[in-house]
Amino acid sequence: MRYSGLKVLTEGLFGNKGWGPAWRDPSPKGEYDAIIIGGGGHGLATAFYLAKNHGLTNIAVLEKGYLGSGNIGRNTTIVRANYMIPGNTEFYSHSMKLWEGMEAELNYNVMHSQRGLINLFHSDGQRDYWVRRGNAMINQGDDAILLDREGVREYLPYLDFENTRFPIYGGILHPRGGSARHDAVAWGYARGADSRGVDLIQNCEVTGIDIENGVVRGVQTTRGAIRAKKVGVIVAGRSSQVAAMAGMRLPIESHVLQAFVTEGLKPVIDHVISFGMGHFYISQSDKGGLVFGGDLDFYASYASRGNLPMVEHVMEAGMTLMPMIGRAKVLRSWGGIMDMTPDGSPIIDKTHVEGLFIDCGWNYGGFKAVPASGWCMAHLMATGTSHEVARKFRLDRFATGHLLDEEGTGSQHNLH
Amino acid sequence: MRLKCPLCGDRDRREFYYYGAEDYLHRPAEGAPLAEWDNYLHLRDNPAGVLRDLWYHEAGCSQWLLVTRNTVTHEIASVELVAERAK
Repeated sequence: MRYSGLKVLTEGLFGNKGWGPAWRDPSPKGEYDAIIIGGGGHGLATAFYLAKNHGLTNIAVLEKGYLGSGNIGRNTTIVRANYMIPGNTEFYSHSMKLWEGMEAELNYNVMHSQRGLINLFHSDGQRDYWVRRGNAMINQGDDAILLDREGVREYLPYLDFENTRFPIYGGILHPRGGSARHDAVAWGYARGADSRGVDLIQNCEVTGIDIENGVVRGVQTTRGAIRAKKVGVIVAGRSSQVAAMAGMRLPIESHVLQAFVTEGLKPVIDHVISFGMGHFYISQSDKGGLVFGGDLDFYASYASRGNLPMVEHVMEAGMTLMPMIGRAKVLRSWGGIMDMTPDGSPIIDKTHVEGLFIDCGWNYGGFKAVPASGWCMAHLMATGTSHEVARKFRLDRFATGHLLDEEGTGSQHNLH
Repeated sequence: MRLKCPLCGDRDRREFYYYGAEDYLHRPAEGAPLAEWDNYLHLRDNPAGVLRDLWYHEAGCSQWLLVTRNTVTHEIASVELVAERAK
Protein backbone atom coordinates (compact mmCIF):
# COMPACT_ATOMS: atom_id res chain seq x y z
CA MET A 1 0.00 0.00 0.00
CA ARG A 2 1.43 3.32 -1.06
CA TYR A 3 0.96 6.18 1.37
CA SER A 4 -0.05 9.56 -0.03
CA GLY A 5 -1.93 12.69 0.91
CA LEU A 6 -4.85 11.50 -1.18
CA LYS A 7 -4.89 8.17 0.68
CA VAL A 8 -4.95 9.94 4.06
CA LEU A 9 -7.80 12.14 2.85
CA THR A 10 -9.86 9.26 1.47
CA GLU A 11 -9.34 7.15 4.58
CA GLY A 12 -10.31 10.11 6.71
CA LEU A 13 -13.57 10.40 4.80
CA PHE A 14 -14.43 6.70 5.06
CA GLY A 15 -13.65 5.92 8.68
CA ASN A 16 -10.03 4.78 8.29
CA LYS A 17 -11.14 1.24 7.50
CA GLY A 18 -8.81 0.70 4.57
CA TRP A 19 -5.45 0.68 6.35
CA GLY A 20 -3.63 -2.65 6.41
CA PRO A 21 -0.65 -3.79 8.47
CA ALA A 22 2.61 -2.20 7.30
CA TRP A 23 4.32 -5.58 7.06
CA ARG A 24 3.47 -9.29 7.13
CA ASP A 25 4.15 -11.60 10.05
CA PRO A 26 5.55 -14.69 8.29
CA SER A 27 6.78 -17.93 9.77
CA PRO A 28 10.38 -18.79 8.98
CA LYS A 29 11.06 -20.91 5.91
CA GLY A 30 13.62 -23.70 6.06
CA GLU A 31 16.14 -21.93 3.88
CA TYR A 32 16.99 -18.44 2.64
CA ASP A 33 19.71 -16.98 0.44
CA ALA A 34 20.71 -14.71 3.29
CA ILE A 35 19.80 -14.15 6.92
CA ILE A 36 20.17 -10.96 8.90
CA ILE A 37 20.35 -11.49 12.66
CA GLY A 38 18.87 -8.42 14.34
CA GLY A 39 15.73 -6.47 13.42
CA GLY A 40 16.93 -3.06 14.49
CA GLY A 41 17.65 -0.01 12.36
CA HIS A 42 20.87 -1.33 10.87
CA GLY A 43 19.53 -4.83 10.25
CA LEU A 44 16.33 -3.63 8.60
CA ALA A 45 18.24 -1.11 6.48
CA THR A 46 20.61 -3.88 5.39
CA ALA A 47 17.68 -6.09 4.38
CA PHE A 48 16.08 -3.20 2.50
CA TYR A 49 19.23 -2.39 0.52
CA LEU A 50 19.99 -6.07 -0.16
CA ALA A 51 16.58 -6.24 -1.79
CA LYS A 52 16.59 -2.85 -3.46
CA ASN A 53 20.21 -2.41 -4.58
CA HIS A 54 21.20 -6.03 -5.11
CA GLY A 55 17.96 -7.79 -6.00
CA LEU A 56 18.31 -10.29 -3.15
CA THR A 57 14.78 -10.85 -1.90
CA ASN A 58 14.85 -14.42 -0.58
CA ILE A 59 16.13 -13.18 2.77
CA ALA A 60 14.97 -13.10 6.36
CA VAL A 61 15.53 -10.75 9.25
CA LEU A 62 15.48 -12.61 12.58
CA GLU A 63 14.58 -10.54 15.62
CA LYS A 64 14.45 -11.98 19.13
CA GLY A 65 11.95 -9.36 20.35
CA TYR A 66 9.88 -7.03 18.21
CA LEU A 67 11.17 -4.93 15.33
CA GLY A 68 13.00 -1.83 16.49
CA SER A 69 13.05 -2.90 20.13
CA GLY A 70 16.71 -2.14 20.70
CA ASN A 71 18.80 0.99 20.39
CA ILE A 72 16.88 2.33 17.38
CA GLY A 73 14.01 2.90 19.81
CA ARG A 74 16.10 4.36 22.60
CA ASN A 75 18.48 7.05 21.40
CA THR A 76 18.66 10.83 21.14
CA THR A 77 17.89 10.81 17.40
CA ILE A 78 20.68 13.07 16.19
CA VAL A 79 21.60 13.04 12.50
CA ARG A 80 24.88 14.68 11.50
CA ALA A 81 27.83 14.41 9.13
CA ASN A 82 30.51 16.27 11.06
CA TYR A 83 33.34 13.80 11.25
CA MET A 84 36.95 14.66 10.57
CA ILE A 85 39.20 11.72 9.86
CA PRO A 86 39.43 9.85 6.56
CA GLY A 87 37.42 6.66 6.80
CA ASN A 88 34.70 8.27 8.87
CA THR A 89 34.07 11.50 7.01
CA GLU A 90 33.13 9.93 3.66
CA PHE A 91 30.93 7.35 5.38
CA TYR A 92 28.84 9.82 7.35
CA SER A 93 28.66 12.11 4.33
CA HIS A 94 27.17 9.22 2.36
CA SER A 95 24.78 8.55 5.22
CA MET A 96 23.60 12.16 5.26
CA LYS A 97 22.78 11.98 1.55
CA LEU A 98 20.74 8.85 2.16
CA TRP A 99 18.91 10.57 5.02
CA GLU A 100 18.01 13.40 2.69
CA GLY A 101 16.38 11.01 0.24
CA MET A 102 15.02 8.55 2.80
CA GLU A 103 11.41 9.64 3.00
CA ALA A 104 10.98 9.61 -0.76
CA GLU A 105 12.86 6.32 -1.05
CA LEU A 106 10.79 4.60 1.64
CA ASN A 107 7.49 6.38 1.00
CA TYR A 108 7.42 6.86 4.74
CA ASN A 109 7.42 9.91 6.98
CA VAL A 110 10.43 9.61 9.26
CA MET A 111 10.06 13.23 10.34
CA HIS A 112 13.61 14.00 9.27
CA SER A 113 14.22 17.57 10.32
CA GLN A 114 17.38 19.38 9.21
CA ARG A 115 17.11 21.97 11.93
CA GLY A 116 20.86 22.50 12.21
CA LEU A 117 23.37 21.25 14.73
CA ILE A 118 25.48 23.73 16.72
CA ASN A 119 28.63 22.49 18.44
CA LEU A 120 29.82 25.07 20.94
CA PHE A 121 33.43 25.80 21.84
CA HIS A 122 34.72 27.47 24.96
CA SER A 123 38.45 28.14 24.53
CA ASP A 124 40.97 29.13 21.87
CA GLY A 125 42.12 25.54 21.59
CA GLN A 126 38.61 24.24 21.07
CA ARG A 127 37.98 26.90 18.47
CA ASP A 128 41.08 25.85 16.54
CA TYR A 129 39.94 22.24 16.71
CA TRP A 130 36.46 23.07 15.44
CA VAL A 131 37.79 25.27 12.66
CA ARG A 132 39.87 22.34 11.50
CA ARG A 133 36.98 19.94 11.84
CA GLY A 134 34.66 22.35 10.02
CA ASN A 135 37.17 22.56 7.17
CA ALA A 136 37.32 18.77 7.00
CA MET A 137 33.54 18.71 6.73
CA ILE A 138 33.57 21.29 3.94
CA ASN A 139 36.34 19.40 2.12
CA GLN A 140 34.15 16.32 2.25
CA GLY A 141 31.38 18.30 0.56
CA ASP A 142 29.23 18.80 3.62
CA ASP A 143 28.46 22.08 5.32
CA ALA A 144 29.90 23.93 8.29
CA ILE A 145 29.64 27.58 9.28
CA LEU A 146 31.86 29.17 11.90
CA LEU A 147 29.91 31.31 14.37
CA ASP A 148 31.50 33.74 16.78
CA ARG A 149 30.02 34.48 20.18
CA GLU A 150 27.53 37.01 18.80
CA GLY A 151 26.67 34.64 15.99
CA VAL A 152 25.78 31.96 18.51
CA ARG A 153 23.77 34.47 20.54
CA GLU A 154 21.67 35.24 17.49
CA TYR A 155 20.63 31.59 17.16
CA LEU A 156 20.63 30.60 20.83
CA PRO A 157 19.91 33.71 22.93
CA TYR A 158 18.89 31.61 25.92
CA LEU A 159 22.34 30.15 26.62
CA ASP A 160 24.23 31.44 29.66
CA PHE A 161 26.62 33.88 28.00
CA GLU A 162 27.66 35.28 31.39
CA ASN A 163 29.22 32.00 32.51
CA THR A 164 32.83 32.81 33.39
CA ARG A 165 33.96 29.25 34.04
CA PHE A 166 32.90 27.98 30.61
CA PRO A 167 32.64 31.08 28.42
CA ILE A 168 31.01 30.58 25.03
CA TYR A 169 33.57 31.55 22.38
CA GLY A 170 31.44 30.49 19.44
CA GLY A 171 30.25 27.43 17.62
CA ILE A 172 30.17 25.45 14.40
CA LEU A 173 26.79 25.39 12.74
CA HIS A 174 26.14 22.28 10.64
CA PRO A 175 22.92 23.31 8.84
CA ARG A 176 22.18 19.89 7.36
CA GLY A 177 22.38 18.23 10.75
CA GLY A 178 19.22 17.65 12.75
CA SER A 179 17.05 14.85 14.00
CA ALA A 180 14.45 12.32 12.92
CA ARG A 181 11.73 10.18 14.43
CA HIS A 182 13.76 7.14 15.49
CA ASP A 183 11.03 4.45 15.50
CA ALA A 184 9.77 5.58 12.13
CA VAL A 185 13.18 4.91 10.62
CA ALA A 186 12.97 1.27 11.70
CA TRP A 187 9.35 1.03 10.59
CA GLY A 188 10.05 2.65 7.23
CA TYR A 189 12.90 0.26 6.44
CA ALA A 190 10.84 -2.69 7.73
CA ARG A 191 7.95 -1.80 5.47
CA GLY A 192 10.24 -1.20 2.51
CA ALA A 193 12.01 -4.53 3.00
CA ASP A 194 8.76 -6.44 3.55
CA SER A 195 7.16 -5.02 0.43
CA ARG A 196 10.14 -6.31 -1.58
CA GLY A 197 9.59 -9.82 -0.26
CA VAL A 198 11.90 -9.90 2.76
CA ASP A 199 10.57 -12.04 5.64
CA LEU A 200 10.68 -10.10 8.91
CA ILE A 201 10.51 -12.75 11.63
CA GLN A 202 9.90 -11.51 15.15
CA ASN A 203 10.16 -13.38 18.45
CA CYS A 204 12.80 -15.56 16.88
CA GLU A 205 16.02 -15.67 18.86
CA VAL A 206 19.15 -17.06 17.30
CA THR A 207 20.70 -19.64 19.62
CA GLY A 208 23.50 -20.94 17.45
CA ILE A 209 25.34 -20.44 14.18
CA ASP A 210 25.98 -23.54 12.10
CA ILE A 211 29.44 -23.70 10.61
CA GLU A 212 30.92 -26.58 8.62
CA ASN A 213 34.56 -26.57 7.56
CA GLY A 214 34.82 -22.82 8.00
CA VAL A 215 31.70 -22.09 5.95
CA VAL A 216 28.43 -20.83 7.41
CA ARG A 217 25.43 -23.10 6.79
CA GLY A 218 22.66 -21.39 8.71
CA VAL A 219 21.44 -20.67 12.21
CA GLN A 220 19.63 -22.39 15.04
CA THR A 221 16.73 -20.40 16.45
CA THR A 222 13.94 -20.67 18.99
CA ARG A 223 11.71 -21.31 15.97
CA GLY A 224 13.82 -24.05 14.46
CA ALA A 225 16.89 -24.35 12.27
CA ILE A 226 17.15 -22.11 9.21
CA ARG A 227 19.69 -22.68 6.50
CA ALA A 228 21.41 -19.88 4.61
CA LYS A 229 24.54 -19.34 2.55
CA LYS A 230 25.11 -15.89 4.01
CA VAL A 231 24.50 -14.63 7.52
CA GLY A 232 24.89 -11.05 8.71
CA VAL A 233 25.24 -10.33 12.43
CA ILE A 234 23.84 -6.87 13.21
CA VAL A 235 22.93 -6.96 16.88
CA ALA A 236 24.47 -3.84 18.47
CA GLY A 237 24.85 -4.27 22.23
CA ARG A 238 24.65 -8.06 22.00
CA SER A 239 27.36 -8.44 19.33
CA SER A 240 29.77 -10.25 21.64
CA GLN A 241 27.22 -12.91 22.53
CA VAL A 242 26.21 -13.65 18.95
CA ALA A 243 29.80 -13.57 17.69
CA ALA A 244 30.73 -16.05 20.42
CA MET A 245 28.35 -18.52 18.74
CA ALA A 246 30.77 -18.46 15.82
CA GLY A 247 33.78 -18.82 18.11
CA MET A 248 34.75 -15.17 17.83
CA ARG A 249 36.00 -12.77 20.47
CA LEU A 250 35.27 -9.19 19.42
CA PRO A 251 37.10 -5.96 20.22
CA ILE A 252 33.98 -4.79 22.02
CA GLU A 253 32.92 -3.94 25.53
CA SER A 254 29.25 -3.15 26.17
CA HIS A 255 28.54 0.02 28.10
CA VAL A 256 25.40 1.79 29.18
CA LEU A 257 24.53 5.27 27.93
CA GLN A 258 21.68 7.18 29.51
CA ALA A 259 19.31 9.65 27.92
CA PHE A 260 16.53 11.78 29.29
CA VAL A 261 13.34 13.44 28.16
CA THR A 262 11.28 16.14 29.84
CA GLU A 263 7.56 16.71 29.81
CA GLY A 264 6.25 18.29 26.62
CA LEU A 265 6.92 22.02 26.33
CA LYS A 266 6.07 24.67 23.77
CA PRO A 267 8.74 25.09 21.07
CA VAL A 268 11.80 26.57 22.73
CA ILE A 269 14.92 24.85 21.34
CA ASP A 270 15.04 25.02 17.56
CA HIS A 271 18.38 23.27 16.96
CA VAL A 272 20.42 20.38 18.15
CA ILE A 273 22.96 21.86 20.57
CA SER A 274 26.13 20.27 21.85
CA PHE A 275 27.98 21.71 24.85
CA GLY A 276 31.76 21.68 24.45
CA MET A 277 32.79 21.64 28.09
CA GLY A 278 30.82 18.74 29.43
CA HIS A 279 29.34 15.93 27.44
CA PHE A 280 25.82 17.26 26.92
CA TYR A 281 23.59 17.50 23.87
CA ILE A 282 19.98 18.52 23.57
CA SER A 283 17.17 18.95 21.11
CA GLN A 284 13.40 19.25 21.32
CA SER A 285 11.21 16.53 19.91
CA ASP A 286 8.18 17.27 17.76
CA LYS A 287 6.06 16.25 20.73
CA GLY A 288 7.71 19.00 22.77
CA GLY A 289 9.92 17.00 25.11
CA LEU A 290 13.50 18.13 25.58
CA VAL A 291 15.63 15.13 24.65
CA PHE A 292 19.13 15.17 26.07
CA GLY A 293 22.01 12.97 27.05
CA GLY A 294 25.61 12.89 28.14
CA ASP A 295 28.47 10.49 28.64
CA LEU A 296 28.63 6.77 29.16
CA ASP A 297 28.48 5.55 32.74
CA PHE A 298 32.09 4.49 32.07
CA TYR A 299 31.97 0.87 33.12
CA ALA A 300 30.89 -2.28 31.30
CA SER A 301 27.18 -2.93 31.76
CA TYR A 302 24.20 -4.66 30.22
CA ALA A 303 21.80 -3.28 32.80
CA SER A 304 19.80 -0.99 30.45
CA ARG A 305 19.69 1.45 33.30
CA GLY A 306 22.35 3.81 34.54
CA ASN A 307 23.72 5.16 37.75
CA LEU A 308 22.85 8.36 39.54
CA PRO A 309 26.28 10.07 39.32
CA MET A 310 25.90 10.35 35.54
CA VAL A 311 22.33 11.59 35.91
CA GLU A 312 23.62 14.33 38.17
CA HIS A 313 26.46 15.15 35.80
CA VAL A 314 24.17 15.49 32.80
CA MET A 315 21.75 17.71 34.72
CA GLU A 316 24.63 19.90 35.91
CA ALA A 317 25.98 20.28 32.40
CA GLY A 318 22.54 21.22 31.11
CA MET A 319 21.99 23.77 33.84
CA THR A 320 25.43 25.26 33.23
CA LEU A 321 24.74 25.74 29.55
CA MET A 322 21.09 26.81 29.61
CA PRO A 323 19.75 27.59 33.09
CA MET A 324 16.25 28.07 31.66
CA ILE A 325 15.68 24.32 31.46
CA GLY A 326 15.89 24.01 35.24
CA ARG A 327 12.15 24.36 35.56
CA ALA A 328 11.31 21.62 33.11
CA LYS A 329 10.42 18.33 34.74
CA VAL A 330 12.25 15.21 33.61
CA LEU A 331 9.65 12.73 32.50
CA ARG A 332 11.83 9.66 32.15
CA SER A 333 15.34 8.42 31.63
CA TRP A 334 16.62 5.23 30.08
CA GLY A 335 19.83 3.43 29.28
CA GLY A 336 20.89 1.78 26.06
CA ILE A 337 23.61 -0.83 25.63
CA MET A 338 26.42 0.48 23.47
CA ASP A 339 28.88 -1.81 21.71
CA MET A 340 32.07 0.16 22.35
CA THR A 341 35.18 -0.51 20.27
CA PRO A 342 38.63 0.54 21.49
CA ASP A 343 38.87 3.40 18.97
CA GLY A 344 35.24 4.53 18.98
CA SER A 345 34.62 3.61 15.33
CA PRO A 346 32.44 0.84 13.90
CA ILE A 347 33.10 -2.46 12.13
CA ILE A 348 31.51 -3.62 8.85
CA ASP A 349 33.50 -6.60 7.69
CA LYS A 350 33.76 -10.27 6.81
CA THR A 351 34.74 -12.70 9.52
CA HIS A 352 37.05 -15.73 9.54
CA VAL A 353 33.97 -17.84 8.64
CA GLU A 354 33.08 -17.80 4.96
CA GLY A 355 29.63 -16.32 4.44
CA LEU A 356 29.45 -14.79 7.91
CA PHE A 357 29.53 -11.00 8.07
CA ILE A 358 29.41 -8.59 10.96
CA ASP A 359 28.22 -5.01 11.38
CA CYS A 360 28.82 -3.79 14.93
CA GLY A 361 30.75 -1.43 17.17
CA TRP A 362 28.56 1.61 16.60
CA ASN A 363 29.40 2.92 20.04
CA TYR A 364 26.85 5.62 20.75
CA GLY A 365 26.76 6.94 17.20
CA GLY A 366 24.65 4.35 15.45
CA PHE A 367 21.48 6.26 14.74
CA LYS A 368 22.79 8.69 12.13
CA ALA A 369 24.64 5.79 10.51
CA VAL A 370 21.57 3.61 9.94
CA PRO A 371 21.12 4.21 6.19
CA ALA A 372 24.79 4.05 5.21
CA SER A 373 25.45 1.09 7.49
CA GLY A 374 22.62 -0.79 5.81
CA TRP A 375 23.83 0.32 2.39
CA CYS A 376 27.43 -0.78 3.00
CA MET A 377 26.60 -4.01 4.82
CA ALA A 378 24.26 -4.97 1.97
CA HIS A 379 27.05 -4.21 -0.49
CA LEU A 380 29.49 -6.35 1.48
CA MET A 381 27.09 -9.28 1.82
CA ALA A 382 26.03 -9.17 -1.82
CA THR A 383 29.39 -8.61 -3.49
CA GLY A 384 31.89 -9.90 -0.94
CA THR A 385 33.87 -6.67 -1.03
CA SER A 386 33.70 -3.62 1.22
CA HIS A 387 31.89 -0.57 -0.04
CA GLU A 388 34.35 2.23 -0.72
CA VAL A 389 33.01 4.51 2.02
CA ALA A 390 33.24 1.74 4.62
CA ARG A 391 36.54 0.18 3.61
CA LYS A 392 38.32 1.28 6.78
CA PHE A 393 35.80 -0.29 9.14
CA ARG A 394 37.92 -3.41 9.37
CA LEU A 395 37.53 -6.02 12.06
CA ASP A 396 41.28 -6.59 12.23
CA ARG A 397 42.31 -2.94 12.38
CA PHE A 398 43.21 -3.14 16.06
CA ALA A 399 45.72 -5.90 15.38
CA THR A 400 47.16 -4.11 12.36
CA GLY A 401 47.23 -0.68 13.97
CA HIS A 402 44.93 1.06 11.49
CA LEU A 403 42.79 2.67 14.16
CA LEU A 404 40.05 5.20 13.45
CA ASP A 405 40.30 7.21 16.65
CA GLU A 406 38.15 10.23 15.80
CA GLU A 407 38.52 11.76 19.24
CA GLY A 408 42.17 10.88 19.72
CA THR A 409 41.49 9.56 23.20
CA GLY A 410 43.32 6.27 22.93
CA SER A 411 42.72 2.61 22.47
CA GLN A 412 40.50 1.73 25.41
CA HIS A 413 36.82 0.85 25.22
CA ASN A 414 35.43 3.28 27.77
CA LEU A 415 37.33 6.35 26.61
CA HIS A 416 35.12 7.21 23.66
CA MET B 1 26.41 1.41 42.57
CA ARG B 2 28.79 1.15 45.52
CA LEU B 3 31.99 -0.88 45.83
CA LYS B 4 33.30 -2.33 49.06
CA CYS B 5 37.00 -1.56 49.02
CA PRO B 6 38.93 -4.10 51.16
CA LEU B 7 40.88 -1.23 52.74
CA CYS B 8 38.38 1.66 52.87
CA GLY B 9 35.04 -0.09 53.18
CA ASP B 10 31.81 0.64 51.33
CA ARG B 11 32.35 3.60 48.99
CA ASP B 12 30.49 5.56 46.34
CA ARG B 13 31.12 4.61 42.71
CA ARG B 14 32.41 8.12 42.05
CA GLU B 15 35.58 7.44 44.02
CA PHE B 16 36.67 4.81 41.51
CA TYR B 17 38.15 4.94 38.04
CA TYR B 18 37.17 2.10 35.72
CA TYR B 19 39.84 0.51 33.56
CA GLY B 20 38.32 -2.56 31.97
CA ALA B 21 38.16 -6.35 32.05
CA GLU B 22 40.56 -8.58 33.97
CA ASP B 23 42.38 -9.28 30.68
CA TYR B 24 44.59 -6.29 31.46
CA LEU B 25 46.24 -8.35 34.22
CA HIS B 26 47.45 -10.94 31.74
CA ARG B 27 50.10 -9.01 29.93
CA PRO B 28 51.88 -11.08 27.27
CA ALA B 29 55.57 -11.75 27.67
CA GLU B 30 58.01 -9.63 25.75
CA GLY B 31 58.29 -10.86 22.19
CA ALA B 32 54.90 -12.57 22.29
CA PRO B 33 53.17 -12.86 18.90
CA LEU B 34 50.98 -9.97 17.74
CA ALA B 35 47.78 -11.97 18.20
CA GLU B 36 48.46 -12.22 21.93
CA TRP B 37 48.87 -8.46 22.22
CA ASP B 38 45.65 -7.93 20.28
CA ASN B 39 43.92 -10.32 22.63
CA TYR B 40 45.32 -8.52 25.66
CA LEU B 41 44.59 -4.97 24.52
CA HIS B 42 41.43 -5.18 22.43
CA LEU B 43 39.51 -8.44 22.33
CA ARG B 44 37.07 -9.11 25.14
CA ASP B 45 34.65 -11.83 26.27
CA ASN B 46 32.26 -9.04 27.25
CA PRO B 47 29.82 -11.27 29.13
CA ALA B 48 26.22 -10.37 29.92
CA GLY B 49 26.54 -11.82 33.41
CA VAL B 50 29.50 -12.32 35.70
CA LEU B 51 32.55 -10.23 34.80
CA ARG B 52 35.82 -9.63 36.61
CA ASP B 53 37.19 -6.19 35.98
CA LEU B 54 39.66 -3.62 37.24
CA TRP B 55 38.82 -0.51 39.21
CA TYR B 56 41.23 2.01 40.70
CA HIS B 57 40.36 3.58 44.03
CA GLU B 58 41.38 7.02 42.89
CA ALA B 59 39.76 9.05 45.67
CA GLY B 60 40.64 6.55 48.38
CA CYS B 61 43.55 4.21 49.01
CA SER B 62 44.97 4.35 45.43
CA GLN B 63 44.77 0.59 45.15
CA TRP B 64 43.83 -1.39 42.07
CA LEU B 65 40.86 -3.60 42.76
CA LEU B 66 39.66 -6.73 41.02
CA VAL B 67 35.87 -6.66 41.18
CA THR B 68 33.64 -9.64 40.42
CA ARG B 69 30.21 -8.36 39.53
CA ASN B 70 27.16 -9.03 37.41
CA THR B 71 26.89 -6.72 34.39
CA VAL B 72 23.14 -7.27 34.12
CA THR B 73 22.04 -6.80 37.73
CA HIS B 74 24.86 -4.52 39.03
CA GLU B 75 25.32 -7.05 41.85
CA ILE B 76 28.85 -7.11 43.34
CA ALA B 77 30.10 -10.56 44.32
CA SER B 78 33.58 -9.71 45.56
CA VAL B 79 36.24 -7.02 45.60
CA GLU B 80 39.89 -8.02 45.97
CA LEU B 81 43.14 -6.12 46.01
CA VAL B 82 45.09 -6.76 42.83
CA ALA B 83 48.29 -6.46 44.90
CA GLU B 84 47.28 -9.43 47.06
CA ARG B 85 46.03 -11.57 44.23
CA ALA B 86 47.54 -15.04 44.16
CA LYS B 87 50.17 -15.02 41.46
